Amino acid sequence: MSQQALAKDKGAEESAKNGGTSRRFSDFMVSYGIIIAFLFICAVLSVVSPYFLSTNNLLNVLRQVSINGVLAIGMTFVILTRGIDLSVGSLMACSSIVAASFAAGSEASFILVPIMMGLMTGLTLGAVNGLLIARFAIPPFVMTLGMLSMARGLTYIYNDGMPISNLDATFRFIGQGVVLGMPVPVLLFLGVFLISWFTLRYTTFGRYVYAVGGNPQAAMVSGINVRRVTFTVYAISGVLCGLAGLMIAARTGAALPQAGVAYELDAIAAVVIGGTSLAGGRGRIVGTLFGVLIIGVLNNGLDLLGVSSFYQQVVKGGIIVLAVMLDRSRLSSN
Amino acid sequence: MNNNLLLEASNITKSFSGVPVLENGVLRLRSGSVHALCGGNGAGKSTLLNILMGVLPRDSGSIKIAGQDVHFSSPKDAIEIGISMISQELEPVPELTVAENIFLGREPKKAGFIVDYRRMFEQARGVLDELNIQIAPTVKLASLSIAEMQMVEIAKAISQNARIIIMDEPTSAIGERETELLFEAVHKLKSRGAGIIYVSHRMNELFRIADDYTIMRDGSFVGTGSMGDIDRKYLIDTILGKELQEEFSKFNVPGEREILRVENYTRRGEFKDISLSLKEGEILGIFGLMGSGRSEFLNTLFGINAPHDGEAWVDGVTFTPRGPRDAMDAGMAYVTEDRKGSGLLVGSSIRHNISMASVRKVSKLGLVSSRKEARVARFHVENHQIKSSSIEMEVRHMSGGNQQKVVLAKWLQTDPNILMLDEPTRGIDVGAKREMYRFMSEFSRNGKGVIMTSSEIPEILGMSDRVIVFRKGRLAGELSGSDLNQDNLARLSS
Repeated sequence: MSQQALAKDKGAEESAKNGGTSRRFSDFMVSYGIIIAFLFICAVLSVVSPYFLSTNNLLNVLRQVSINGVLAIGMTFVILTRGIDLSVGSLMACSSIVAASFAAGSEASFILVPIMMGLMTGLTLGAVNGLLIARFAIPPFVMTLGMLSMARGLTYIYNDGMPISNLDATFRFIGQGVVLGMPVPVLLFLGVFLISWFTLRYTTFGRYVYAVGGNPQAAMVSGINVRRVTFTVYAISGVLCGLAGLMIAARTGAALPQAGVAYELDAIAAVVIGGTSLAGGRGRIVGTLFGVLIIGVLNNGLDLLGVSSFYQQVVKGGIIVLAVMLDRSRLSSN
Repeated sequence: MNNNLLLEASNITKSFSGVPVLENGVLRLRSGSVHALCGGNGAGKSTLLNILMGVLPRDSGSIKIAGQDVHFSSPKDAIEIGISMISQELEPVPELTVAENIFLGREPKKAGFIVDYRRMFEQARGVLDELNIQIAPTVKLASLSIAEMQMVEIAKAISQNARIIIMDEPTSAIGERETELLFEAVHKLKSRGAGIIYVSHRMNELFRIADDYTIMRDGSFVGTGSMGDIDRKYLIDTILGKELQEEFSKFNVPGEREILRVENYTRRGEFKDISLSLKEGEILGIFGLMGSGRSEFLNTLFGINAPHDGEAWVDGVTFTPRGPRDAMDAGMAYVTEDRKGSGLLVGSSIRHNISMASVRKVSKLGLVSSRKEARVARFHVENHQIKSSSIEMEVRHMSGGNQQKVVLAKWLQTDPNILMLDEPTRGIDVGAKREMYRFMSEFSRNGKGVIMTSSEIPEILGMSDRVIVFRKGRLAGELSGSDLNQDNLARLSS
């Protein structure tokens, strides 16, 4: 085939048509549009509220977003495979109450015990999601909707609907500590972000996640174990719910069985604002990071401006729709 | 002749962001004729058709319908004046009935706003009967095959009283029998005085049904005339714009060693008692009509489904794949029939597509080396002349022929010994077809083997050393040497 100089002349035409400046611009916007939007929002907020840019406030924003951030990163893995995980809020609450039961009062176990118990709870419930979705082809929406209810119920059952407070100081460090000037939850979020970013970008597993979401049939024919990948993303989401559960219990010093209600919405919102397609196969973890940050600075900024939380919800919803609209118009312009 | 010109497009031009894609579009369609619009990918056919359909505005030039100048601002204008298009990507509403689809947006009404279902079903029945289409107007479209949906689209065009019907690759997704039905419908349309613009990469189809041709190359009109005055070679050479040697390049020599053997493969409801063998250096053709079980057989051989009965050996070793991975480990590769459905990640880059089946080869300890991966991708892009702006280009922006090369590159990267190609040249232009043929010969020359299915007889005859014929899921026969000819293929397959 190599000698055949077939239609080489047409190559120039086609590449000019496909790689023209307009597409470069749209590629640029896809890659950096979200960052520009974020900086723009920050710029506006710093003008209207001088306090916004203070170190204290910025650290505060980061601390506030770190739990949603951890959940949203797990959600990104799931959504990249065309799935959805509606159960993250319940899984987080369940993990937090299990962990807290090993970290409360005078009988508190060695710090690693509650940590492991929390992570294992999230992992186990996430693995149940993954197993039933991957093995028995239950639609992710239905499975995780069911799990949303089941895990919440288990959370109430676990301690008769009572919160667990009076948590051990070592345990509270996970949520309240500061290392090198950075709050521990923020460091955890950044750690999770870096590991996930690396995983999606540089590992074979990351490739498989994109392949399964992009075209499950083609992935299967190409020898990729689609079921295993599907199972794994829900397990990842589960274990990150476990981590978020530790973080929330440690931060408030108590595990509440009703914690995390509707948290799945913020996590999905961050992923979607970050440009990851609900149709799977497209998106980046960096987008999710900025999606999380945008939601965070908006909430914070509107708080600073004294806007009621009722309006904040309206604004957040509007931004989600806007983000998807931009995504759609980009796809159709291609 | 001028007075029965249905459509006359002259000097149509079109540029996208300063890049001309159509420099001189010319098309003269006579009433009661089938007009083949020919050209490779990128020749400007689609642009011209989109302009005729009102999807794109033209930059300059004129379009006359029955002698009248027309200016379309949307497809709606074109449909109103009697042009309709049956495209590769059908857009039916699956949950509506056949009749509802045919009359979508123009439902017969009672009292001004109530849909008159009885009348709608009757009218739909009438149109379908006229075309000899055996489809009940009351069934949902979702329950029909692609071919049947296409027939419904044609019925819809007729019910809209279309005088000009554009058919863009209408047979690329349908089988032989449906193709016959389609051709019958085309003849009916002709006899009613309609003009049909027909686009297809299948040359023998064009010679069967087209009356006139227009050839385009690189965005310009090249020539037009009557199909009766030209032959296949002239058509292909003119489309490509250069005199090329043979259409099929074949220089592999089958050896003696058997690299694959299958005995009595059976999968209930799909195929039964299929046995075959493949020798090193051989191109084995599988011929059969659509639905004859050939794709299902290949799926099973590749481990996608499990056989209910039968055995297979690769290089003399028992072969029982539990999934595609096992087949790949045994040295097999499989270019499926449905490029977009099961071959490509259309939203991903060339680089990621090429490495998809062999990421581990460019990885160490689970970490992908982007550098190695890019080198591999660049190698294939150069080696197979995959037209692209860079290896990061998303494959959905590429032409069918180039997409097919990406799929091929993906499988070559797994270093296979047995390459299975299911309809490898479907929907790709003649230039890319030739490259595919050359490639198959080259691949099988080095002690490797190719299994290729095709529903195009010239292709099967031109490329295969031996052909096995499928009929209704059974092995109908094996042909080689002087027995391998068109008559025997047709006789065994139907």
